[in-house]
Amino acid sequence: MIAPPPPDPHVRRLFRPPGALVIDIHGVTKLYRMGSETVHALRGVALKVHRNEYLAIMGPSGSGKSTLMNMLGCLDTPTSGHYQFNGKDVSIMTDDELANIRNREIGFVFQTFNLLPRSTSLHNVELPLIYAGLPPHERRERAREALHKVGLGERMLHKPNELSGGQRQRVAVARALVNNPSIILADEPTGNLDSKTGEEIMQLFDQLYEQGNTIIVVTHEEDIARHARRTIRLHDGLIESDRMAEV
Amino acid sequence: MKATIRLLYEFIESVRIAWAQIRANKMRSMLTALGVIIGIIAVTLMGTAISGIDQGFENSLAMLGDDVLYVQKWPWGPVEDWWNYANRPPIRIIDAEKLNRVIASTPNTLLDVAVPVAGRGGPVKAGDNRVDGIYIFGTTADYARITNVDYREGRLFNEIEANNGRAVCVLGFDVAEALFPGRSAIDQTVMANGHPCTVIGVFAKQGEFLGLFSFDNQLVMPINAFTKMFGSRRGAELRVKITDKQKLMQAKDELVGAMRRVRGQLPGERDNFTINEQQAFKAQLEPTKMAIFMAGLFITGLSLFVGAIGIMNITFVSVKERTKEIGTRKALGARRRTILLQFLVEAVSICMIGGLLGVVAAYGMFLGIHFQMPSFPAQFSVSLVAIGLAVSVVTGILSGFIPAWGASRLDPVVALRYE
Repeated sequence: MIAPPPPDPHVRRLFRPPGALVIDIHGVTKLYRMGSETVHALRGVALKVHRNEYLAIMGPSGSGKSTLMNMLGCLDTPTSGHYQFNGKDVSIMTDDELANIRNREIGFVFQTFNLLPRSTSLHNVELPLIYAGLPPHERRERAREALHKVGLGERMLHKPNELSGGQRQRVAVARALVNNPSIILADEPTGNLDSKTGEEIMQLFDQLYEQGNTIIVVTHEEDIARHARRTIRLHDGLIESDRMAEV
Repeated sequence: MKATIRLLYEFIESVRIAWAQIRANKMRSMLTALGVIIGIIAVTLMGTAISGIDQGFENSLAMLGDDVLYVQKWPWGPVEDWWNYANRPPIRIIDAEKLNRVIASTPNTLLDVAVPVAGRGGPVKAGDNRVDGIYIFGTTADYARITNVDYREGRLFNEIEANNGRAVCVLGFDVAEALFPGRSAIDQTVMANGHPCTVIGVFAKQGEFLGLFSFDNQLVMPINAFTKMFGSRRGAELRVKITDKQKLMQAKDELVGAMRRVRGQLPGERDNFTINEQQAFKAQLEPTKMAIFMAGLFITGLSLFVGAIGIMNITFVSVKERTKEIGTRKALGARRRTILLQFLVEAVSICMIGGLLGVVAAYGMFLGIHFQMPSFPAQFSVSLVAIGLAVSVVTGILSGFIPAWGASRLDPVVALRYE
């Protein structure tokens, strides 16, 4: 019997119905005071992201892409403008409410992995579930599942220093996935990896996207951005371009 | 409910992190805990001494009999106006007889019986064996009614022997042991300060009063024998047993009245005697206890203060070292409370370790003292352990709070960027 050919991802993407609105920001500005100077990191940004989008945010350093990412990740609040996350107004939330949003709705993947050095992969992945208040057995179950999903089922009890860079980043991806967040937010996820390993991580993101996750990748590398289906370019705190990838 | 469970999970996670952190920095944690260790040792030893004094005192009081009043020329404890006491006529042996007659003629009296006691220090010899500094005293046969002491062998002299002033005596346990090691003392003759008398009894071991005065270093003889040997000029004291110790104050008042009659004092005249009671010992002991307490408090406070600064410092260092981790945890959904808890638990854990080590060390010292000086009043108790640990936990919370609070307020963006 001949196996059926794998479905063409491009075809699937083209016919996907638009998902619900997850992120809706408009008129967002952010000011920093650096000594006596005021830095306009964002000067009025509007952006809508729907469920199951694969978005790359690009821009040179100083363009405001880190600020935008912090904003999208609810680590920071805008100086002015509106940010609605799943229909809820984030800009008026307290620190603890923001922590809850980050815990349940956003999965972070950092350039430097940011794993707890003395904890096993399993425990690292469990961490967001502890903060979510899940009982131990359920935490373990879901953490195992997430690690299997990123192909690390065999390395659950290893500590970060016993893992390669690529494996560490997979643990971090599993940690981002484990709470079934509305978006996965990756900040230069391949920045500390060699190009081959970086490519593998990007393929993992592609896979997660195919499984229905919403992914936002912040990067300055065109090769990385090419994986996304939509690319936003920032310049001087403004969105310069916002286009879908050519098929 | 859900929030409580979540807090519990966060707490367990905090304990886990704290232990991992302490294990990873053993040396640093131990050095930091040192101040707390010293503080807890001070707390525990102070408690040991104070409760030991209390306990020793209670035991000794039981030995004296807590239903006996002492009629004496001088009050127990220091006096300022000594000249008011020095000129008092001495208490005489005959006063006991008169007092007993007054008691007998008083209806519903609260006083039971009065016994004269006249004594002096001196050596006691038997053959080649000699013991010094023995309290030699004379009393009447009623002495048996005011003490509840047991006899190792023999008996107290009876009324006939007492009245006739026969040269018989009862030895304290240690005296008998020293003079007649390993054999019976009954019917042996001892020289009480140079005067021969026959042993008719030996008291059972009674122990020491506050480790200062031993009840086992005494020799009792009939008071008439005592006056024959040593004269009656030195005066005596009266020991008066009361019928109901719940009515101590009334009994004391009655005794004052009875003694004034015995001494033929006129109305308006000041008492020329003092009624002493064991409670006075307690009052006398109070300043000593207070001094130990204050000194202990000072040492404890100082070492715990130094310890607390150490803990605070190490928590600041810990927060600084792990700023990025704090950022990561916040990004993953840790709230302010979570971070605060984490660092508080860490500070408290170090203090708890210090507290435990301190308690163990104090217990070791206590055992050492106990074996070296068995008579030293010291007492170790579970409540002391509890106090020690509670103090260390409070120290941890107080000293860890400021750095932990700072950590909980860190801006996640800034913390994540920290290298």
